[in-house]
Amino acid sequence: MTSTQLFITVALLACAGFFLGKKRAAIMRDSSGSHSSPGIRPHSTPVYYGFWVSLWAVIPALLVFVCEFVLKRFGHVPFSFRAGVAWEAVAVTSGIVCVIIAWLRLRPETRARNHIETGMNFLFMACATIAIFTTLGIVLSVIFESIRFFKVIPVQEFLFGLKWSPQVAIRPDQVGSTGAFGSVPVLAGTFLISFIAMAVAAPLGLMSAIYLSEYAGSRLRAWAKPCLEILAGIPTVVYGFFAALVVAPQVKAAGEILGLQVSSESALAAGLVMGIMIIPLVSSLSDDVISAVPQAMRDGSYALGATKAETIKNVVIPAALPGIVGGLLLAVSRAVGETMIVVMAAGLSANLTMNPLKAVTTVTVQIVTLLTGDQEFDSPKTLAAFALGLLLFILTLLMNIIALKIVRKYREQYE
Amino acid sequence: MNTACYTPESTIIAGVNVHLHDTGDVNEDVKGLVSSAEDYTTVGNPFVESPRMKCREVSVDYSGKRAVFGVSLDIARNEVIAMIGPSGCGKSTFLRCLNRMNDTIPGCTVSGSITLDGMDIYDRKVDVVPLRAMVGMVFQKPNPFPKSIYDNIAYGPRIHGLAGSRSELDALVEDSLRKAGLWDEVKDQLDKPGTMLSGGQQQRLCIARTIAVSPEVILMDEPCSALDPIATARVEELIEELRDNYSIVIVTHSMQQAARVSQRTAYFHMGWLVEVGETDQIFTNPRHKLTENYITGRFG
Repeated sequence: MTSTQLFITVALLACAGFFLGKKRAAIMRDSSGSHSSPGIRPHSTPVYYGFWVSLWAVIPALLVFVCEFVLKRFGHVPFSFRAGVAWEAVAVTSGIVCVIIAWLRLRPETRARNHIETGMNFLFMACATIAIFTTLGIVLSVIFESIRFFKVIPVQEFLFGLKWSPQVAIRPDQVGSTGAFGSVPVLAGTFLISFIAMAVAAPLGLMSAIYLSEYAGSRLRAWAKPCLEILAGIPTVVYGFFAALVVAPQVKAAGEILGLQVSSESALAAGLVMGIMIIPLVSSLSDDVISAVPQAMRDGSYALGATKAETIKNVVIPAALPGIVGGLLLAVSRAVGETMIVVMAAGLSANLTMNPLKAVTTVTVQIVTLLTGDQEFDSPKTLAAFALGLLLFILTLLMNIIALKIVRKYREQYE
Repeated sequence: MNTACYTPESTIIAGVNVHLHDTGDVNEDVKGLVSSAEDYTTVGNPFVESPRMKCREVSVDYSGKRAVFGVSLDIARNEVIAMIGPSGCGKSTFLRCLNRMNDTIPGCTVSGSITLDGMDIYDRKVDVVPLRAMVGMVFQKPNPFPKSIYDNIAYGPRIHGLAGSRSELDALVEDSLRKAGLWDEVKDQLDKPGTMLSGGQQQRLCIARTIAVSPEVILMDEPCSALDPIATARVEELIEELRDNYSIVIVTHSMQQAARVSQRTAYFHMGWLVEVGETDQIFTNPRHKLTENYITGRFG
């Protein structure tokens, strides 16, 4: 019996249980209080009894599945138990038995609705748990691999080293560099590009949000806002080659006119395009918080004789500021995690520089290059990717926590 | 005007009222009714001598739909005039015309003329900024800015450049808070956010904020409807005190409140100003059938 067949069987069993239970409860309800059989009225409506019986088809199957998984994965069980057929038979038989028992034990006093509500409670809890445990699993695997990396390369060298050159010899006799794993140049590149991106996205996004929410007429707003949000739907690869093929040469040409040395892959080109990419994020979040400022606040300001500009500057923006800052921090997280644009437009060389005209690299780009191609899994070169991942994770996590805190504070303000 | 409008059921309705209306005088009241329910012509004298604001044939349209029909009304100096009427009768809309707050509503047009001390406020040359400083407004829900108590008061004077120095501004803030009867409660916490105060304190803060730009007229749009009875009593006292220096126009749904605080009362119905007169006369001896129906507890 395949798992598909098992699934269908359990589903059919549940359906049968539902109709049997519902019918029995309906009969009990109809006969209650009549002279021929003075029974009590059932506690819940028949539908709940149906669900209650069908629940007993699903629970044993689930339990058997969990036991099977746990024993096969972690336990040492006798061979005969490992055969798949036995498990599935157990699941189906126990399901049938449970459904019959539940159906027979169905009494008017059975609090089916309460049982179903408890069951739903567990279902919702399970869904939430899956998300939480997945996150936890990812974090743990990154942490364990990073620990392996830090056994080879000391933490302080990784955190404070000024040179990043992850090429190591694979064979002992191979001629090659010994590798250097200082994350500072990579982080510096990340922050440089994020800074340029935010310098573009923050003013443009914020001002377009102010325009759209306060000045634009409803008709203009109706098509301008979706247009702006289309920017968010463009795949980052497209932004990437736009940056590499259109913006980078222009930046280079413009720099040469000014007599500046610009490399063909520059932090500036990548940062500019990334900034454009983040504009819709900033503008739509800011637009939402600006629109959420109560009209009463604006009326109060107008009634004191303030102009529209004064009202926006002195009342609307300060009231929306926490939300705007939260939105900006989310945008920074996005910029820090962005990969594609940087791979294409900013290059791969880990220069420790604050000059936006030079090629730089970022954490995400290094992770990609470390893990693509044929790799030895226990070499520090590969493990370095996990350490970088951990670093990036901690940074964005901190920023998200701060952003969420600020956003939450803002929410409380008008209650 | 139709004087023969007396119907048997109005006797019953008038007889139901116990608080505002002496039931013994039903027959005299009925004789006093001068208008039928179908006639919206203003009853009573809407004009006063040397008014602060003069409104003549003011009509308001919202995108072609008329909300206020040719209202003529004067607002005297140092008086509290109450506007009462059922929801949607145009009293708030009319109130918002007096400081051009309707300008911020798209599709809203105002016709007729409104003058403040002889100046047409809808003249094209008039700037709404100084106008709204002269005709302040307090709203239904207290709406302090999310700033400190001090900054809430100082906001208006700052944008109008009323205070030359920090000490002048301090004095102005203190004076406004004192006039609003809030100074003793908040003098030690001027840097705390205004949103932290209780509802009644917030409303008095909003009144103080309005006073700070030294207006001539204060418009109040149901200023107590979000407040409890004690806070309401405090605000009503304040309105009484403010009458010495300002003209106050108050829209209210509470007839008791109108009777307590105002000297004149205007009754609005379906966008028409139906009756206006001394508050005592309106509540004891209404001359329009609709007014009587409304104040005796029956929607007209």
